[in-house]
Amino acid sequence: MLIAAALSVFLALAVLGVLAGDEMWRHRVIYACCALACAALLIGGLKHLGQTPGTGPAIILPIGLPWMAAHFRLDNLSALFMVIVNLGTLAASVYGIGYCSHLPEPRRVTPFFPLFLFGMNAVLIADDAFMFLVSWEFMSLASWLLVLADHKNPENRSAAMVYLMMAAFGTFCLLTCFGLLAGPDGAYSFPAMRGSLLTPVTGFLVVLLAVLGAGSKAGLVPLHAWLPLAHPAAPSHVSALMSGVMTKVALYGLIRILFDLHGHVSWGWGAALMVIGGITAVLGVLYAILQDDLKKLLAYSTVENIGVAVIGLGLALAFKDSGEKALAALALVAGLYHMINHSIFKTLLFLSAGAVITSTGERDLGKLGGLLKRMPWTGAATLVGAAAISALPPLNGFVSEWLIFQALFKGPSLPHWAMKFGVPVVGAMLALAAALAASCFVRAFGIAFLGRPRSKAAAQAERVPLTMRWTMTVLAVLCIILGAIPVTVTDALSGVVQPLTGVHFAVSADLGWPWLSPVSSTRGSYSGTVLVMTGLTLFVISILLVHRFGTTKVRRADAWDCGHREDIPESQYTGQSFSQPLRRVFCSSLFAARETVEMPEPGDLAPARLTVRVVDPIWRYLYLGIVRVVDVVADQVNRMQFLTVRRYLLMMFATLVFMLLVVAVRQQQ
Amino acid sequence: MPPISQSSYEVAHLIGATVLMAGFQLLYQRRLFAVLNTFAFQALALAAAAAWQAHIQNAPHLYITAGLALVFKAMIVPFALHWLVERLGIHKTVETAMSIGWTMIAGVALVALSILLVLPVTANAAALTRESLALAMSVVLLGLLMMITRHNAVTQVVGFMALENGLILAAVSAKGMPLVVEISIAFSVLVAMTLFGIFFFRIRERFDTLDLQNLETYRGDRQ
Repeated sequence: MLIAAALSVFLALAVLGVLAGDEMWRHRVIYACCALACAALLIGGLKHLGQTPGTGPAIILPIGLPWMAAHFRLDNLSALFMVIVNLGTLAASVYGIGYCSHLPEPRRVTPFFPLFLFGMNAVLIADDAFMFLVSWEFMSLASWLLVLADHKNPENRSAAMVYLMMAAFGTFCLLTCFGLLAGPDGAYSFPAMRGSLLTPVTGFLVVLLAVLGAGSKAGLVPLHAWLPLAHPAAPSHVSALMSGVMTKVALYGLIRILFDLHGHVSWGWGAALMVIGGITAVLGVLYAILQDDLKKLLAYSTVENIGVAVIGLGLALAFKDSGEKALAALALVAGLYHMINHSIFKTLLFLSAGAVITSTGERDLGKLGGLLKRMPWTGAATLVGAAAISALPPLNGFVSEWLIFQALFKGPSLPHWAMKFGVPVVGAMLALAAALAASCFVRAFGIAFLGRPRSKAAAQAERVPLTMRWTMTVLAVLCIILGAIPVTVTDALSGVVQPLTGVHFAVSADLGWPWLSPVSSTRGSYSGTVLVMTGLTLFVISILLVHRFGTTKVRRADAWDCGHREDIPESQYTGQSFSQPLRRVFCSSLFAARETVEMPEPGDLAPARLTVRVVDPIWRYLYLGIVRVVDVVADQVNRMQFLTVRRYLLMMFATLVFMLLVVAVRQQQ
Repeated sequence: MPPISQSSYEVAHLIGATVLMAGFQLLYQRRLFAVLNTFAFQALALAAAAAWQAHIQNAPHLYITAGLALVFKAMIVPFALHWLVERLGIHKTVETAMSIGWTMIAGVALVALSILLVLPVTANAAALTRESLALAMSVVLLGLLMMITRHNAVTQVVGFMALENGLILAAVSAKGMPLVVEISIAFSVLVAMTLFGIFFFRIRERFDTLDLQNLETYRGDRQ
């Protein structure tokens, strides 16, 4: 009831958004109403998760196709994702109250924002393929319109074009996938699909199409190409939703099909997903390190985190098929935990990028710097987010990655030799990605917030409105809380994964609250609660000690400035210089990164130039390759436009005779 | 419906085969007037086939079909084309895109193909229908073959009309084809004839010939 009301509120708000015009208070009211509806959905999701495990009642509405009513249902999995989605949307809506007045054209954003929220929530509660796909397209098209909000920039227009094509491709794959699941009788409701028996070939195709369809939305390599173009092009609170939340809806689709509707995915697909996830994680973070654009960096980091979550999903599939249900539950819990975490800290980081862009007008790392002094709240919240995404304890990012590692360490207990050897390789990739992610965010935070301002705009940065600061602070606090009470989260998650893996699994069974000991107490245990408590206690004690015994005399002296002159901010360490060693090590062969130095002639006063050239191999060989093939084929087909009448007749005749021959030959057999 | 006697079956077969033979003759002719005369002969045979079918099937509406074929196809169309050719002073040889020998061989192959195709498909139908359908399909394919192996616009029109003849032959031999279909086919042929006539004048006015090869160089959309 609550959910239905909130969803209809979104639709009504979209209409009001069209009428809002240029009056800013109306836009603020609409965002505030969005926030209320999101809060209602969040409460609805939490309430369902708090109940005993089970599926909610099916709601059937007489809308949609005439011979097929629309089915909706809220079960544990969708309730969990409803919580994930509406945490992000709530934050983005509250942030939007203050942010909308800083947009160049708020009229182009406000009407589509509630539609986007509606689409994402409707995907989660859909209980038949038709509603699922309609809502999925709703989500895609609304976000596409939001990407086009600043349509005067040609870069955004081409990003929107690529996004639209990839979205169409993804939906086409999902459509075919559901068609196969539904079978020849057209059983499009999810309960009917669960019972259907799939032949090996159909089952294989279903998984392939689901991975292609949902994976293209989530940003799995090599289908990620649209993501770093489209996510940064939208206004920042929408970027936060697309990166932090919409990718989770895509993963929801993947989990729904692979774990629930299909049910018997072979371990080979688990292995494939793990490899894809590992490659996605490593490539995503390497791309991120090379970026100078703050929002692009965050978008590539999303690609990395999706890879990490997909490793968890793949491992869960492999364990499930091998009968290791408890370990499957562990891997799935870890993957879901990572999705929750990523939705929070990525939303936070995108919102803070939005705050930086609002107050400076710059998103190039090379023109930022020294923002921590001008924007202390934003800076502190970003620091927490960056530490969380770098998986530093005691924050939430650490817990989920630690759990994924714990599950990976049990990989050698799988019966297949490929997995025994492959799982440690994926583990190594994950470790590499985690370490690179940390360096990526040290770079992003250090260059943007520390040091001296690198441009006038950065030096004159102003505080952002209160709602924006509050949102970021609350999200930062959530990062700490979710890291401090891991057991509570995993217990809630094990209720969600129970119907998917068929076993109830308590991650904390061995040692009890607040200790996480997923495998056994001797193999590894972790308690964020204890860590936070200890850390806080030590922090307070050391402050007291310093105050008690430290000298109170104020001394003034020049700090050692690393040879950096205050009046030349260019002499600071830059984003490019920070990433140079990693670029040389990892990207020379992978991305064909080349550096050329142009030295001026002796006596010439022109500055020396260092040019870096990086080639994206996937874009160049896969996407441009496809474009080239299409071009060649189109050229050939184009020739057919300029034939004579007689030739056209000849072609028709030849086709006719050929078809008749086929019929004749088939009859003889 | 009384069973069709052996003799009426053979007569029907004979007339149908005559239509097909006329189709081959069309391919063989080297003179435009001869093509037109042969076409008139084919239409005459078609009219006879329709009348014979009306007689043995006891379906009086087929007489109307026969009458339409006789009046439009065997008289009006050939006379009109004759008049056009005279009026426009068209070069009276047929220009072929493929040598006549090869065209005949291709025609024989097409007849073989249609027999091979139709006989198994219609295994359950009456013998008369099967034979007639095979013949009709051969006539249609020969008409198409004529359209693609001749450059001259008049011969292409004749090929098109021959194709129509094949369709009508198929229609009269299948029982229960409504008259309305045949009448509409007949009128569409007439309309097509009128349109072609107008086009002949226009083409002729511009290019001094009806050889369609000359049109190709004047197409605006060619780059």
